[in-house]
Amino acid sequence: MRLIFDIALTHISGRGRQTIVAMLGVAVGVGFSIAMAALMQGGQDDFVRQLVDTMPHVQVTDEQRTARRQPAEDFFDAAAISGLRPRDDRRGIINPTAALSWLDGWIPGRFAATLKAQGVVRYSGQEVGAAVIGIDPQAEPRVSPIIGDFKAGSFAALAAGGNNVVIGDTMARRLGAGLGDTITAVSSEGLTRRFKIVGLFHTGTTARDEGEAYVLQKNAQILSARPNAINEINIKLNDPNAAPPVARRIEAELGYKAVAWQEANESILEALVVRNVIMYTVVAAIMLVAGFGIFNIISTITHEKARDIAIMKSLGFTETDMRILFVLEGVAIATAGTLIGWALGLAMVYALSLVRFELSATGQEMTRLPIAWSTLHYAIASAFALGSAAVAGYLPARRAARANPVDIIRGAT
Amino acid sequence: MSTLVEAKGLTRILEETVPVTLVKDVSLVIGEREFVAVTGPSGSGKSSLLYLLGLLDRPTRGTLTIRDRDTDLMDEHERAATRLANIGFVFQFHFLLPEFTARENVEIPMRRLGRLGRDEMRERASELLAALGLADHLDKRPDQLSGGQRQRVAVARALANNPPLILADEPTGSLDSKSSEQVFQILERLVREQGKTVVAVTHDLDMASRMDRRVDLIDGRLTTETEKATTRGDSEAPET
Repeated sequence: MRLIFDIALTHISGRGRQTIVAMLGVAVGVGFSIAMAALMQGGQDDFVRQLVDTMPHVQVTDEQRTARRQPAEDFFDAAAISGLRPRDDRRGIINPTAALSWLDGWIPGRFAATLKAQGVVRYSGQEVGAAVIGIDPQAEPRVSPIIGDFKAGSFAALAAGGNNVVIGDTMARRLGAGLGDTITAVSSEGLTRRFKIVGLFHTGTTARDEGEAYVLQKNAQILSARPNAINEINIKLNDPNAAPPVARRIEAELGYKAVAWQEANESILEALVVRNVIMYTVVAAIMLVAGFGIFNIISTITHEKARDIAIMKSLGFTETDMRILFVLEGVAIATAGTLIGWALGLAMVYALSLVRFELSATGQEMTRLPIAWSTLHYAIASAFALGSAAVAGYLPARRAARANPVDIIRGAT
Repeated sequence: MSTLVEAKGLTRILEETVPVTLVKDVSLVIGEREFVAVTGPSGSGKSSLLYLLGLLDRPTRGTLTIRDRDTDLMDEHERAATRLANIGFVFQFHFLLPEFTARENVEIPMRRLGRLGRDEMRERASELLAALGLADHLDKRPDQLSGGQRQRVAVARALANNPPLILADEPTGSLDSKSSEQVFQILERLVREQGKTVVAVTHDLDMASRMDRRVDLIDGRLTTETEKATTRGDSEAPET
């Protein structure tokens, strides 16, 4: 075995330039695969992280998945209902205290209950539609993604006496209002209340910055005429991946719709899977091209070394020896190429991680390319490279090993 | 004299569009310590016969036994193993591996067989080469050696695993007369002093006449077998 290894090394080192070209082919393939994988994975991780960070991991609302069944449907075998006018149930999540204490018992994470009502915010003749969200200033910061995005004030300022509100900076700009100004909120019930702006936030998500107004829970309940009601429970889990089972358990127990973030973003996650498939296809294609390079050089070597193959066979080497020899040559080139490729990939990933660019037109948001550093990418790229090299070496090796030494020796004499 | 190689009705036909008969119905017994010349005109099948005897080629018909083992029953691996341990080849062209030095070339069959340690192989290779007058050229590559020297390295390589049978295909065919004589004497010494069997294909009738036995082929058939050959009138002029 050692002997065959020596011969293989001698063969490839005897063809310096071609070997280097083939090696560089593999190296570039491996390097670019790694860089691409790092970029794609980084983008995906970044995206998922944003999803996970900005959304509650599980959101319980006072909706049901199917329309409420009418008692007549349960009582009679057949019932046709028309012109139904269901009772207006404005209680939100029934018995919220019991539900919350039940959740408190076992949820591996944090949660906060809110009352969300649709309304309009008005200031100096300007009107902006908004979701008026009633929060508990103590509980909300533990689940809210906004907490890090305050430009002025905070949730805690809500509790400091009087009727206070926290709104997004885009909304404030549209209204022409600033910190300390008093705005008017009108609910769908037609009730009106005046709030003083005690906080401004900027999350970067326009829908949020323009359409959310946070007030104390009590104020929201008064504004929407729903005393003591809550209609949303937002849950942040310690482990975001545990969301689906938690959501299932809550839904089974409380009977309300509980949506895990995976469910809410199913189509996006599906798109990411498709993106991964595309990425690995491209990686495989790059490796295939590198494989052709190896095929080429091993083919050339077997042609050139036809005489040596005949000699070795006449000396008593078997066909298997010859096959191993050339496969080994292919794999040796690929191994060297892979090592260079690792260095190349590492360098490229590092270079990409240094790239900075301005995303927002205002020039405020400087962003780096999201990069994932993962040894898995290196392993996958090498596996592809070595695999394609083994195949690329095996095909000419098999043909060369089969050749009858006599034909070659005869041809030479 | 014990039998080393025995051929019965050995026939080799090349399956081309028009089948070409290379060797036809050759029966032959070669014992140990024999020095056999295979002669005949060009294209008479001398080399083909040698390749059959050396297990490089398979006969179309007929049987070949080496040391009482029917080679037809051998698989690829056993044939390769037999070539490795029992047969040494010397071709008209040296057929050394060009990237390796003289000593490495001689070591290759030993390393493939793997019976000796690396140091012993090195020592044996050096001894073999020294015995053939190449003590000063151990670490030269084939392209740094003269034709005669290369051919002697090839002989040393054939002897590497100490096989009982040496097959030589026109070993002196591409050499000048001085080198030819040298190589011939080496082959002769192998038979006389080391008890090997040497079967050599040759054009050179003068050389053939100095061997123990001469096998003459025409059109793939065995015509005459002569012990202590007397020179026969032949269509081909001896090469000198």
